[in-house]
Formats: sequence, C-alpha cells, structure tokens
Amino acid sequence: MADVFDQYAMADAWDEMFDRPGEPRPAYRSLFATLQPLSVGDLRSRADQLARVFTDRGVTFAYAGEERPFPLDLIPRILDAVEWDTITRAVRQRVLALEKFLADVYSQGEVLADGVVPRRLVLSSAHFHREAAGIEPANGVRVHVSGVDLIRDEVGKFRVLEDNLRIPSGVSYVIENRRALSQTLPSLFAEARVHPVDDYPARLLGALRAAAPEGVTDPCVVVLTPGVYNAAYFEHALLARLMGVELVEGRDLVCSANRVRMRTTQGERPVHVVYRRVDDEFLDPLHFRPDSVIGCPGIVNAARAGHVTLANAIGNGVADDKLLYTYVPDLIRYYLSEEPIISNVETHRLDDDDVLEHVLSHLDELVLKPVDGAGGKGIVIGPQADEPTLAALRQTVAADPRGWIAQRPVALSTSPTLIGDKLAPRHIDLRPYAVNDGTDVWLLPGGLTRVALPEGTLVVNSSQGGGSKDTWVLATEPSPMPRARSVAPAQPEVIPHDVSARDAGPREQVAGQQ
Amino acid sequence: MRTVGMLSRIAESLFWIGRYVERADDTARILDAFLARILEDPWVDEDAACRSLLAILGSAPPHDARLTTGDVLELLGFDLDNPSSIAGALSSARENARGARETISSEMWECLNVTWHSLPSRRVAAEHLGPALFLGFVRERAAVLAGLAESTMSRDDGWRFLVLGRSLERVDMTAPQDGFAEQWRTVLRACGADESFLRTHGGDVVPQRVAEFLLLDRLFPRSALHALTEAEDCLEALAPSTERAGMADAARRPVGQARTRLEYADAATLLDDLPTHLRALQRACAAASAAVKARYFDQTMPVAWAHEGV
Repeated sequence: MADVFDQYAMADAWDEMFDRPGEPRPAYRSLFATLQPLSVGDLRSRADQLARVFTDRGVTFAYAGEERPFPLDLIPRILDAVEWDTITRAVRQRVLALEKFLADVYSQGEVLADGVVPRRLVLSSAHFHREAAGIEPANGVRVHVSGVDLIRDEVGKFRVLEDNLRIPSGVSYVIENRRALSQTLPSLFAEARVHPVDDYPARLLGALRAAAPEGVTDPCVVVLTPGVYNAAYFEHALLARLMGVELVEGRDLVCSANRVRMRTTQGERPVHVVYRRVDDEFLDPLHFRPDSVIGCPGIVNAARAGHVTLANAIGNGVADDKLLYTYVPDLIRYYLSEEPIISNVETHRLDDDDVLEHVLSHLDELVLKPVDGAGGKGIVIGPQADEPTLAALRQTVAADPRGWIAQRPVALSTSPTLIGDKLAPRHIDLRPYAVNDGTDVWLLPGGLTRVALPEGTLVVNSSQGGGSKDTWVLATEPSPMPRARSVAPAQPEVIPHDVSARDAGPREQVAGQQ
Repeated sequence: MRTVGMLSRIAESLFWIGRYVERADDTARILDAFLARILEDPWVDEDAACRSLLAILGSAPPHDARLTTGDVLELLGFDLDNPSSIAGALSSARENARGARETISSEMWECLNVTWHSLPSRRVAAEHLGPALFLGFVRERAAVLAGLAESTMSRDDGWRFLVLGRSLERVDMTAPQDGFAEQWRTVLRACGADESFLRTHGGDVVPQRVAEFLLLDRLFPRSALHALTEAEDCLEALAPSTERAGMADAARRPVGQARTRLEYADAATLLDDLPTHLRALQRACAAASAAVKARYFDQTMPVAWAHEGV
C-alpha cells in the first residue's frame, strides 16, 4: 500500500503544502502525519461519501442547468496565524479605503477633484449608478459584506486579484465544507487547532441590524433572493436559516409610501433591512431594468427615503470595477495615509496609447480581463490561448480599451488535490469574507479556497469547473494543555453532581420472562 | 420572539408539501391494495379494474387499448409530469420544500431531497423486483417526513398549514373509494385501515362497519371524521373565531359542516347514503382549499413595469 503523498509531483508554482518533495511546510506537518499512512483508495471512498452528503443536503450549485454537488476536496488548505494576521489587516485596510471612496464618489467627489482617480473612469463605469447618489447609509456602511480575492504568486507572496463589493457569494460553502469535512475525516481535526467558522451568520446578522434605519430599535431583517433557480439559492436559504430571518422573493414584498412590507398570512409586515442577493440591475424595475420580475418596484425610493437599508448598497460596483482596481493602492494612500499591506498583481491600464500598443502586441504573454466581468467570464489567458482567440481578442480590446485590463500571468499557488485516484497539484486562490458593522471590519477566519480542477487551469470559478477546499486558520498560541493526547489519552476529570440513575424499566418482569 | 404571521408564499408551500406527501402515501396504499387484488383474484377483468381505478383517482386513461397494471403503474406511480402520480407528487413536494428551505427543518428538506434523488433508482428496482418494494418505500418516506415534522417543527402557523394540507388531502383521497364497488377488504387496505379495523371489529368484514369505520370512526387517524376534525382545529388556531353568531371564516365553514354531518350521521342508514356523503366530502374539500388559498396565500403575480417613453 503506497502512502498518499509518495507519488505527488510538484508543479512549477508555489506549493502550499510542500517546501520540497516530501518536506511539508511547518503548518502542514501534523496534517501530513495524519494523512500519510492512509491509502488513496481510502481517500477516494471518503471523497465519494462526501459528494453523496452534499447531494443529499442539497449543497449544490447550478451548472449547465443541473444541480451539481459543489466539489469539495479532502485536503484542507492551511494558513498559519502570521499569514492570517497579514491578510486580516490587508483586507480591512482595503475595505475601509473603498468605503471612503464610495462615500466620496456618491457625494462630493473630492477624490475626482483631486485627480487621484480620473472622473471619466467613474462616469464610464457600468456600475456607477446615479440612483445611489445622496443615499446616506444609516451607519455609514455600504460594503456590509465583501470578498477580496487573493492569490499567492510564484515566490509565495500574497496579492490581491480583485475586489467583490456587490454580492460576493460562496460563504455557505465555507460553512458546509467545514461541517462535511469534520464529519468525513474527523481524525484530521484531532491534532489541529483550527478557528471555527460558524460565527459568520451571527456576525452578519449583527452587521445588518446595526445598519437599520435610524429610530428602528428592533429591525426586521430579510434576505432577498432571486428564487430557487438562482445558482446561489442554496446559500441564500442557508444564511436566512442560520440567521433566523425570512428568505423573501421580490413578489413577497410590497412598497407603498416609500416603505417596504412583506406579505404574510396575518397581513403586511414592515421590513427594515434587506440583505439583497439580487443584482442592482434587477433590484427595482422602476429604476433599473423595467423587465425584471425578480425585483421589488419602489425599493430604491424607500432606500432613498431612509426607510429601508439595502445591504450591500446600490452602486458599489463602481468600486470593484477592474480598472478602478489599479487605483486602489493610491486610494489607500489617499484616504488612509497608509501603504498597501498586500499589493496588486502588476496590471496595465489601456487608456494610454503606448501601453495599449504594447499590450496588443504581447497578448500571448498577458492575461486580459473585462473590467466588469464576474465569475471568470471573458478572461483570456494569453499563454494558453490559441491564435484565433488572440486575434479576436485583439480586435475586441482595440475597439474598447476602457473595457479591459491586462495583467501579468501569475502562476497561482498549488495545493495537493485528489484527482481520480491520486493526489496532484492544482491551482488555488482565496476569498476571505469581510463583514463591516460600522465599528469593525471582521473577517471570517479562512474564507473560501477555490481550486481549478482541470490540470493547469488558472480559473477557479465554480461556473468554470472549479471546486473548493476547507480553509484552516491555525490558532496563535500553542495548546495550553501539554500535548499528551497522542501519548496517553487524558481522561477528562469527572465532576460529580446530582445524577439520578436512568429508569431501566421493569427489570424484574424482564427477568421473569426469561 | 416572533408571533406575527408567516410569509404567504411559505405558508402555501407548507400546505402543498402536506398535500403532496399525503397524496403520494395514499396513492401508494391504493395501488398496493389494487395490485394485490388483481393478483389474488383470478376472475378480475384487468382492463375494467384498471379503468375503474383511474376513475377513482380522477385520471384519464392513457389510451383506448386494453389497460394493464403496467399502464396504471406508469401513470400513477412513475409519471413525473403528473402531479397526481407518486413520483410527480413527491417531486412537487420537494420543489415546494426547496423554496421554503429556510423555514422547514433541514432534516425535513433532506428527507424530501433524498427521496426525490432516489426515485430513478427505485423505479429501476421496481422494474426488476416488483412494485411492492417501491410502494413500501414511498409509504416509509412519507412516514419519515411525518415523523420529522412531528419532532422538529414548532407548533406554529407553519405546522398548522402543513397539517391542514395533509388532512384535507386525506379526506379528498378517502372520499372516492366507493368506486372499488363492494370490494370492502380492498377499500380497507387502500385506506391503510385493514389492521385497525380487524382489531376494532373483528375479522367479519360487514359493509356497514367498514363504511362506519372509514367515515365516522373517532379514534382511527385516517377516518374522514378524524381528518376533518384535525383540519378544523388547524383553521381555528390559524384564525380564532370571535363572531357571536354564524361563521365568517369561509374555509372553516365547509369543513365544519362536513364534520358535523358525519359526526351526527345515523350509522344505520350510512350505507344507503354513502354516495351522497362522499360527494359532499369532496365538495367540502374543494371549497375549503379554495377559501384557504384566497385568505392566506393569494399574491399578485409579478408585474412587468414599463418605463414611459421620453
């Protein structure tokens, strides 16, 4: 029986688990020791068991019109306490700077007047919504929930890949992954001190309640979903259930006199905070797409009147535009007078003719991304694209340079992943989730590690065949107990208290029946 | 703590989960009894028996050629597009649960989801090993759901809508079974009442007693009277009556009237009046269901908003 890691061939990238073949990094040593003696067949059967659990529980996403279990790999991704501290500070810094930018751009626009960000960039962003101007959020928060995507480059340095400030999804998989993995491979957790992730719903609810309109002391919070056919419906239902709030669809809500109510069996009931998982464009047919049937007509006016809080706020997309991304380091310096803790990936803006020309002639060496794409849509990875694709891309980009950015291709770090019957390196990223309640930006320990399952692929989105990994953040301080567990199982001290023996039933009668 | 009403959409889903799961359960029992009779009675005309079964369950025959039990099983057991078939009802129940996932317990959702996922393989198994296995599986899953609801749901309005749907469907499925013309043992079995009946009345299957047991029995949980009482209790709890005279609740009125008619029926003439009683029961169910929908579930449909041209 071969040990599981014996056949593991490292790829030409930073490997999260191994320093050199057979040499795990310090954070992974105990995991390595636990997994090494298992057989790959054992891992395989547990992985199949895991997929069944997800199917039964309905932990699925829509792929090509079908409900598929979200693939969870058995090998966790581990972040040590120091790495996590850096990530926490970096994400917090970024969220705070972007909050200030949004507040600015939807009021005075000083950042534009000062020339830090060109005015035309903001005005030409597809997600800059004039409807959002003048909405003053109750506790000043527009980015209640964000997902800042991070990657690790060839030398192991974290970099920001993009910001998601509209309706970042995936957090339900973090919660379900942990639950499923701890059931399927409990032995992994025995030796590790991993930060739990089940605090998220309470934190989110706290932030949503804190965002309630002024004067509302006991706000009614709801989650607004496009409905069961949305790819992330599972997540909407899970969050509503774990927060103990109603999951509503647009047709459950009515607006009148700038107030939002939901239809119940006992009449209409006021709603104060809407954690909406419906895109801006579909949210309110009065302001945005008139053909939307999943929105709620009048909800934007209610928000403008300050009677309901939308979380996240409308118009946030102007701050996660990929062209704006290139200005975020400057925004951090401008608003916070700090240096960025984690840098961006080297990116070319195409608004300069010389840069554009350089990029167009080097498309095969660059990654081109549409500025408003989500879910990995439209990305072209030059070194992996064929000539016709590049030729088409050249035309598209030349016609609309504002619509694109060009980046250095980064070989995302890899992590051992169970593929068929062996472990192989696959590229991963990390999406930590940040919740802003107006007094603190809190990060869910870990976040979602997405993994690109096809060999060599760099796009990790679930809509493009990606899977995920449970993500561990190890606790700082060493275990206060001497690690005696593995040597001699320590018996927990039994505290005697009043215990009455359980009624064992009519014993005598049973004895008599023998 | 929340005591105010629940979302109308969710209430409607729970009501229909109750109805669909009961429908699957009852249809499985009826098919089981029906198939047993065909197999055990060599003189039965299969085509005629199949046609009368379809009539009982309100389904049109799929074709004019001679019907076989295979046709019946396909139509009432496995046809996913027919909400009156077992598979169709279970699939609709699951679809409703999916839209109400944050409200029902996750165990209930999982029960319906697992059931739905296993339908294809159960069908294959039924083709190899006979339909009894499939029908047993359906009854068992319905029981699992009932047990999970019983032990995991708070006794709030959500619970009441679920039980209301189940009770009305149960009455509705019992009512047409006089179509089994004089096959009293089959009727008992189709109502899941054979064993309780034998324990109550002994092995002598007197028609009078069977009709009495299925309609008027106060203790047997699948009798029409029992189910109507349960439905009425739910409606009362949903909207306690305050009026001094009469009954304003349009849903409670037909249920209460049907219940009292049975409650005070003369057992001696029951058999003669049976067809009248049964038709009245079906009408009461339809009226109650429509009134519940109008009062609690009705929503305006999504409207497309047009911007005025400038």
